[in-house]
Amino acid sequence: MYEFNYQAPTSLADATQAIAGAEDGKLLAGGMTLVPTLKQRLARPSDLIDLSRIPDLKGIKVDGGTVTIGAMATHAEVGASEAVKQAIPGLAWLAGNIGDPAVRHRGTLGGSISNNDPAADYPAALLALGATIYTTKRQLSAADFFVGMFETALELDEIVTAVSFPIPEKSGYQKFRNPASRYAVVGVFVAKTGAGVRVAVTGAGPAVFRVPAFEAALDKSFTASALNGLSVPADELNADIHASAEYRAHLVTVFAKRAIEAIG
Amino acid sequence: MPDDARAPDGIGAPVRRKEDFRFLTGQGHYTDDINRPGQTHAYLLRSPHAHATLGAIDTSRAMAAPGVVAIFTGADLAAAGVGGLPCGWLITDKHGKPMVEPPHPVLAQGKVRHVGDPVAVVIAETRDAAKDAAELIEVAYGVLPAAVEATDAVKPGAAQLFDEAPANTCYEWEIGDKAAVDAAFAKAKLVAKLDLINNRLVANPMEPRAAIGEYDKGSGDYTLYTTSQNPHVIRLLMGAFVLHLPEHKLRVVAPDVGGGFGSKIYHYAEEAIVTWAAAKVKRPVKWTSDRSEAFISDAQGRDHASHAELAMDENGRFLALRVDTVANMGAYLSTFAPAIPTILYATLLAGTYTTPAIHAAVRAVFTNTVPVDAYRGAGRPEATYLLERLVDVAARVAKLDPAEIRRRNFIATDAYPYQTPVALQYDSGDYFKTLEMALKTADRDGFEARRAEAATRGKLRGMGIATYIEACGIAPSAVAGALGARAGLYEAAEVRVHPTGSVTLFTGTHSHGQGHETTMAQLVASGLGVSVDQVEVVHGDTSKIPFGMGTYGSRSLAVGGSAVMKAIDKVVAKGRKIAAHLLEAAEADVEFADGTFRVSGTDRTKSFAEIAFTAYVPHNYPIETVEPGLDETAFYDPKNFTYPSGAHVAEIEIDRETGVVEVVKFTAADDFGRIINPMIVEGQVHGGLAQGIGQALYEAAIYDKDGQLLTGSFMDYTMPRAANLPMFDVATNVTLCTHNPLGVKGCGEAGAIGSPAAIMNAVHDALSPLGDIRVDMPATALKLWQIIQSHSPAQAAE
Amino acid sequence: MSAPISMTVNGRKVTANVEPRTLLVQFLRDQLGLTGTHVGCDTSQCGACLVHLDGKSVKSCTMIVAQADGAEIMTIEGLSTGELHPMQAAFKEHHGLQCGFCTPGMVMSAVDLVKQNPEPTEHEIRDWLEGNICRCTGYHNIVKAVEAGAKAMGGSHAG
Repeated sequence: MYEFNYQAPTSLADATQAIAGAEDGKLLAGGMTLVPTLKQRLARPSDLIDLSRIPDLKGIKVDGGTVTIGAMATHAEVGASEAVKQAIPGLAWLAGNIGDPAVRHRGTLGGSISNNDPAADYPAALLALGATIYTTKRQLSAADFFVGMFETALELDEIVTAVSFPIPEKSGYQKFRNPASRYAVVGVFVAKTGAGVRVAVTGAGPAVFRVPAFEAALDKSFTASALNGLSVPADELNADIHASAEYRAHLVTVFAKRAIEAIG
Repeated sequence: MPDDARAPDGIGAPVRRKEDFRFLTGQGHYTDDINRPGQTHAYLLRSPHAHATLGAIDTSRAMAAPGVVAIFTGADLAAAGVGGLPCGWLITDKHGKPMVEPPHPVLAQGKVRHVGDPVAVVIAETRDAAKDAAELIEVAYGVLPAAVEATDAVKPGAAQLFDEAPANTCYEWEIGDKAAVDAAFAKAKLVAKLDLINNRLVANPMEPRAAIGEYDKGSGDYTLYTTSQNPHVIRLLMGAFVLHLPEHKLRVVAPDVGGGFGSKIYHYAEEAIVTWAAAKVKRPVKWTSDRSEAFISDAQGRDHASHAELAMDENGRFLALRVDTVANMGAYLSTFAPAIPTILYATLLAGTYTTPAIHAAVRAVFTNTVPVDAYRGAGRPEATYLLERLVDVAARVAKLDPAEIRRRNFIATDAYPYQTPVALQYDSGDYFKTLEMALKTADRDGFEARRAEAATRGKLRGMGIATYIEACGIAPSAVAGALGARAGLYEAAEVRVHPTGSVTLFTGTHSHGQGHETTMAQLVASGLGVSVDQVEVVHGDTSKIPFGMGTYGSRSLAVGGSAVMKAIDKVVAKGRKIAAHLLEAAEADVEFADGTFRVSGTDRTKSFAEIAFTAYVPHNYPIETVEPGLDETAFYDPKNFTYPSGAHVAEIEIDRETGVVEVVKFTAADDFGRIINPMIVEGQVHGGLAQGIGQALYEAAIYDKDGQLLTGSFMDYTMPRAANLPMFDVATNVTLCTHNPLGVKGCGEAGAIGSPAAIMNAVHDALSPLGDIRVDMPATALKLWQIIQSHSPAQAAE
Repeated sequence: MSAPISMTVNGRKVTANVEPRTLLVQFLRDQLGLTGTHVGCDTSQCGACLVHLDGKSVKSCTMIVAQADGAEIMTIEGLSTGELHPMQAAFKEHHGLQCGFCTPGMVMSAVDLVKQNPEPTEHEIRDWLEGNICRCTGYHNIVKAVEAGAKAMGGSHAG
């Protein structure tokens, strides 16, 4: 790691001031991506602003039709939350299957979505569920928040504070893990809501995306077989030594079906 | 020696390991756990290019960075007379000429030849400071095209690594009777043919390599702490060839070592650098590898491309085998590299079969990749994989059951000693019984029903059989020498009996997971009638142990254990003289058993402890004929290799939708000769199986055309995880080795030798409904999905 | 440049001045001399560095030490005093270790598993060990050890 200054503000106001005042500051949430990046000397921030001491960023609330999760809630907390399991089982399963247990004890919702790794799990849930992202400046829809590979609508001094998820009728998530890194090669979140079915895919492309053709078919029949013969085009998908674009395209259909089957 | 069923901690007992307490409580002492007073930290600047000329290296800005103590380059080492890293094995080619053996400088000189080739070393107060400074070194590289695949590197127009190695060829070597093979093929009724790749692997012991060099100004003594499987070998190679230090001024310590699998046999540049630099900076110098660094600096394994043909008569009896192999050596010759695809590979091509004529041609090739050397099994997995895949193809050609074609060609159980057409003489074995054990344990009879049931779940289920033989217990020194080894391959042991009867055993083998501290103690316990708790096993320090060639090639028990037995015999022989004196009996009348010396046929006895005490307090003692003390050293040079063998059966399922392979069941039936500690032996088998299954399904070092390693971390190199593997079924058959005192054969590598072929035969069996398909390792999900797609598009799109 | 931190490590209060870029694992190994916690990779995959932070398993190579300021850390050295913890004893009894390098992380991970799931199945054990790589054992005996360790922990150690 290169040298940096470390700051641990205890309020959002202090954190905002710290990030605004730093020459080239980086927000540190769970650090599950940022710390390895620093270790590899792939980033050289002047300051790390640790958000873990800010009480406002914690907690999980369910009220009315939404689940609201603080940005610093860990994957393990979300995965183990009885409230989340009851309300949005697909979301709880997703959180409880990110990385490995030690990663889940540190990694956070806010950190994951702010980084927007194309292989991260959470963006699929946010997009499929039509979540709202709250920040220190505004609120955004998931569709507006996720811009591209490792790119979000966040400004440099803007901090995600919470995400609220409308509770769907049904939800499920299944993924195909990279055999080595265990990140999602393809992850598909399926949500059945009053306004229709939404299907969001992570891992396969440069950023999370929805699949309108799947959604239309599932609106007609919410069954795995409704997706027979349907697929996403491979043209824009990622390719690497573990998975070609064609393979990813194929897996999108397979894991969409498996997500539906998991919902039961 | 019979199984010592009497003793709870003798030979044959599953004694819980003596070393476990310290490992389980965090009290192990691995090299990186050691910190020496005043130590500095070394960081190696490595080439980012696979092939480039090395121009000026400007270290001036780096030298001025905070905390920097010194920076050295290849030129500094050359000026100081530091030698290159030596190769320990000379292969003579098929024309009788020595192999091409280019220099391997400790720090690159003139050229860099692989990504990771070290260019400069920065020594600083902290590791971070050394890294910070290394980024300020400016190196003028002239990037050259790279030769990456061995089969490409020999073609005209390929980039040339060394002027002295035209077509990048290190040697072209052959073994066997080509004329006899050609004649047999000419009359063969059936021929099976196969092209296959043995994928390159990264050993990845969980402990990355580390080294600490220390220099004592007062005495002029050097000490090297290093992650080595064989500290005496490192002392010999580094002292004699690189730093020109005599043995008595150089101590090499290999403390607790966190796995090796071959990759920690070799003498590496970093060991020489820290040792040499410690004297230059007059402070200890410590280097610890990152995992990413290990991927580009630890010797890698395997990497063969082969063509093989098997001639048969109309009944599927093997008449002749013809093999042509291109072996990738990487950029330089690692310590034992030339021997792996020759002596340890082609000599095993008879396998468990009576094939009367065999010819193998091997071409070893330099490429712009990390050097390749032995990895668990070392040549023998490559031979087994080729042969056992070919036998499955032969079964298909001959329309025979895979088990039946094997039985039809096995060496008969009464045919030992059996001379193969490729140099080796097998001493014992019973391949029929071992195979039957494996098939029974694997419930082969019930397989077709399981296959049918799997099909209803959309799974392609397959079963694969592989038998293997290995040559272990490396090695009779005269034989090894005749084959090009530049060292002897005996082993040493010292049994030091203390005055009160406890024992310290010094062994030249090295334990880095194998549990020698327990197994070797069991030998002493059985041999001297003491308890395991009264025996301490010391290894890994050249200042304590008489000598040793270390641990690799499943040699520790067969060779090192035999040396222990010889030393025990000497202790007992001397004890008998002392006992005879005390018991006033003729020496010939004194017998020793269960820790007691007894005058035959009487109740006159002396305990082992009494004799030990007398040896050190020789008041009443045969001092004219017997020296005081009870401390005996023995060296043992084996008479032959040992020949462990076995049969592995894999059962797998392929998910048609994703191509993912699940190993449903894996059975290993092995013959390791006598077993000293069955618990430890089973553990060795399990670990070997995991690595063999890893090779078959997951692992591959993949370079791009520019020589960049694409699988350079655990993010891309698939290490088998707990969820990738089943519980294993392990069975053992026992035929004793006929030529060592324990009858042992060795068990360290077997798991990794038989399993790749068993898995791949199962994969091919599973794919057989789709046609005659050939797939190379690793059989990844992507690869299998593509095959399934191209052979049954209608079903796959469903 | 250095900043003060304090935490409880294996029940002992420690304070120190550290460079911000110090990893928790470096602090434990280099400054506190707790070398039972190992470093086996640099991409947060292998779990050799696994310790408990406020009772939960974390990878100490993937935290800067300041993130643990004020926390309670337990390393393999703190798991037992004198006699082996039931999980350690199970690893010995079932030969769940060979070279010993991944072992501290494996044991700490297994203890956390059993705290969260007192009777894990073979499948659950293998799944939990996703973040712990062993190169020696093929996991067979580790799984057996964790099963046995879980049974043995059934009583007072579960907390």
